[in-house]
Amino acid sequence: MLLVNLILILLIGGVIALMSERMGRNWPRLIALLIVLLDLAYLLSGLSAIPAEKFSLTPAAGDPASWLMAYQADWIPRFGISFNLAMDGLSLVLVVLTLVLGAIAIISSWNEDNDQQGFFQANILWTLAGVIGVFLALDLFLFFLFWEVMLVPMYLLIAIWGHEGKAHASMKFFIFTQLSGLLMLVAILVLAKIHHSATGVVSFSYFDLLDTPMSQGVAHWLMLGFFIAFVVKLPGFPVHTWLPDAHTQAPTAGSVILAGILLKTGAYGLIRFTVPLFPEAALNFAPIAMLLGVAGVIYGAILAFAQTDFKRLVAYSSVSHMGFVLLGVFAWNSLALQGAVMQMVAHGFSTAALFMIAGALQQRLHTRDMTEMGGLWYNMPRMGAVALFFALASLGLPGLGNFVAEFLVLLGLFTVNPWMAAAAALGLITAAVYSLIMMQKAFYGKPDESRKLADFGTLEMGAMAVMIIGLIWLGLYPQPVLDMVQPVLDSVATQVGVTPISWRAGS
Amino acid sequence: MIIESGIVALIAPVVISVAILVIMMQIAFWRNATVSWVLSCLSIAAAMLLLIFPISGSGDGSAQQITPLLVADSYSIFFSILILFACLITSLLAKDYLQSRAGENEEFYLLLLLSGLGALILVSSTHLASFLLGLELLGVALYALIAYPERGHLPLEAAVKYLILSGAASAILLFGFALIYAALGTLSFANIGHQLANSSDNQVLLLMGTAMIFAGIGFKLSLVPFHMWTPDVYQGAPSPVTGFLATVSKSAIFAALMRLYIDAQLYQYNRLLIGIAILAIASMLIGNLLALKQNNLKRLLAYSSVAHLGYLLITMVVYGRLQQPGIAVEAVNFYLAAYVITSLAAFALLTILSSPTIIESGNDQAGNAVANLDAPEPDHIDHLRGLFWRQPVLALLLTISMLSLAGIPLTVGFIGKFYLFTAGIGAELWVLLAALVIGSGIGIYYYLRVVFSMTAKAPESIDMSINQRMSPVAVPVVWVLIAGMLYLGIFPQSFIAYLSGIIL
Repeated sequence: MLLVNLILILLIGGVIALMSERMGRNWPRLIALLIVLLDLAYLLSGLSAIPAEKFSLTPAAGDPASWLMAYQADWIPRFGISFNLAMDGLSLVLVVLTLVLGAIAIISSWNEDNDQQGFFQANILWTLAGVIGVFLALDLFLFFLFWEVMLVPMYLLIAIWGHEGKAHASMKFFIFTQLSGLLMLVAILVLAKIHHSATGVVSFSYFDLLDTPMSQGVAHWLMLGFFIAFVVKLPGFPVHTWLPDAHTQAPTAGSVILAGILLKTGAYGLIRFTVPLFPEAALNFAPIAMLLGVAGVIYGAILAFAQTDFKRLVAYSSVSHMGFVLLGVFAWNSLALQGAVMQMVAHGFSTAALFMIAGALQQRLHTRDMTEMGGLWYNMPRMGAVALFFALASLGLPGLGNFVAEFLVLLGLFTVNPWMAAAAALGLITAAVYSLIMMQKAFYGKPDESRKLADFGTLEMGAMAVMIIGLIWLGLYPQPVLDMVQPVLDSVATQVGVTPISWRAGS
Repeated sequence: MIIESGIVALIAPVVISVAILVIMMQIAFWRNATVSWVLSCLSIAAAMLLLIFPISGSGDGSAQQITPLLVADSYSIFFSILILFACLITSLLAKDYLQSRAGENEEFYLLLLLSGLGALILVSSTHLASFLLGLELLGVALYALIAYPERGHLPLEAAVKYLILSGAASAILLFGFALIYAALGTLSFANIGHQLANSSDNQVLLLMGTAMIFAGIGFKLSLVPFHMWTPDVYQGAPSPVTGFLATVSKSAIFAALMRLYIDAQLYQYNRLLIGIAILAIASMLIGNLLALKQNNLKRLLAYSSVAHLGYLLITMVVYGRLQQPGIAVEAVNFYLAAYVITSLAAFALLTILSSPTIIESGNDQAGNAVANLDAPEPDHIDHLRGLFWRQPVLALLLTISMLSLAGIPLTVGFIGKFYLFTAGIGAELWVLLAALVIGSGIGIYYYLRVVFSMTAKAPESIDMSINQRMSPVAVPVVWVLIAGMLYLGIFPQSFIAYLSGIIL
């Protein structure tokens, strides 16, 4: 029931935030922030009741007791659809990330003068609810439902509060993700039908559908249905084109949520669904998927380098970074998978922070064009220092989370395909180039001393501090996160039937 | 006793017929629009309640044949309820609309009930004669309804267009009936089915006849390539009538066609299945493509209805391909219910926006506010700009309606689409499914355009100070539609359980 409440708090909280606008313009943001924090506290208090040894249990299919938490209720028995939520280490990490970044997203728009504050904050909360649903749903119908529904408030965020090209960007975002979602729906239904004709049971449960016997040809097509939906969201090359537009046009909070959380649903889907449901087809497809990953890493980096728009640069850098996730997932060994999960978390923090800085710059300068910036460190030293930190994190400075992630992915990839690993490693170099160019254009150079700009305030610095501490912690002592997800990766690995190369710092 | 029990079984058409007579007398002796309105709403509600909570002797679920012409079974009862629901919503909202646009007229409700009666007969018909009777009753009353506001040339143009083309379609349909009769010597659905199963003579006549029937019905359902009239008629007809046309007329005709298709075992013909599949693909793709660039909400909905009827045709092909085709009928029932409630929501919005408390009112010489009778309906997409901030509830209504038409989860339209996908995958119709996916993808664009337009800043020209209260009748209607679309989308199980009990 805790899992249901987790979503309900956000849904109802959205309505409260919407209503609270009547009391005054400043109420919705405060209420929204409190609701996200309440949700987080509720989750953590629920976790403290779980015995510690359960965290190291390998979650087994069909055994709810081996999961951290589970909830199941009948929903549409006509089609064997149940309201089935469950949480394991992987979902836990991602849900916590969602809530933390959700709170940061609300803070990032604290001082923005948006119209219709109530509806704005409500849409943020509803998006968070949808994303958490995606991370928890273990019924494929329910998963698809959350997958699609979370897009609607996100669409509204871009379409209503976006910048000059919002109509085009929001539409592109929605059509890309919806159309790929429909392919996944067809794949889900075909899978359910095959399962039905094999066993006579109509079910959309993840556990039932695992191990569905089918021919290689069919499995390949179904795998592609899932793969496309997730890669569009990731976004992977060559279906990433919606991302720079959506990011550039979205309001700051929208960008933070989009980059920090929404992209992770694609990666999560690959780990949770694509590979375990169709292990052989996925592994046969792995070389192509990895090729797409490498292409994304390099292509994203090159395009990021060519941008003059601050937000577009960060957006393309996301394409590059998420390429590592694709590589990590399809290298499919313990190291690379751990790297992929680390990348999801670390990239969530670093990119969210960069988008927050981009939003702050746009709010102060009314432009995102870096050719019109320069010397901003002089005007806003605190923001400059913070930006430098996250630029370094993004380029993979050892000691920070992103380095650990990319290093693990490359290490795991090397055992599978050294050439790909070599090519992907180029991404680390190019990342240094575009990150530093960004710093140079925006913050270094000759300052315009006449500019009077407000530096980051306490609230923003607080949010930044959370992310800075998070990245340093991930960089210096990533073991807790790795321990948290290791049982999950073990369980999907056994599902897939390929022995993962065991590697743990402790053992 | 057959007659008595038959009357009980046909309670809905009987109640409506009596209401028609009463209103006719009332108009003759005491012209009062409010009374006519109340009478029509009450009679529709009464008929609906009698169907939902059947008195003893009727509606026990078993099919009851009443003369060779009509049948009362769970299928006809379900569609009767659906039709009456749509009639009720239309009728409730029509009053405010008429006050502003056509003056107060009583005959509107009379025509509405007549048309609804035609639809009720249509869904109960098991014989080509009653089929034609229902169809024409539905159609003839509709011509008058479309042309009802005498001012402005659009309604008249629409009515004439519909009259001529619909007349031609009926003629083709009738010719098809004649050919079937010439080949088989019977007009009853079931007998046609028996004869078709046993004889292989007169194949050419039968094929011609069936093709003509589908062409005639294809016109009424506005399937590509018989869709040309749809946007003009949708745009020209007054909004409540367009809503009626889109929901009552289309769902009743499709329901009757489905019964004919199944009872007469037309699904055995492979060539017919291929023809239906082609119609479906053409409607899905062309309907959606033509809707892309429409700037008028009514024209947009017209092309969208072309696409949706194309989606629905998939179920007919499914029926012909499956050993246990129950899912196809269930899909038709759910999808039509979803489509009816969703379209009603869209047209309810247009009707309310065109009603006097909302439209810009001028002042007459004495300074009293009068409705602007000649004002065009605010059906351009730009008229919706800023609706989110001006009329949040109405904007919510249209947003959910658009999302439901687009098939986004949590709305009833998604479950409908889910049914179509499930049925299509069950029958392994990959080409049709591909068209469905592509069509839905295109559809998202124009449905979202409407939503986007509502979120945009209101133009300066719209005076925010005009009276924007919804009438006391409109408020509950709007909330019922919103609740219906969401409830059936989130908790569809009880409705699905009801539908799975319906056998055709």
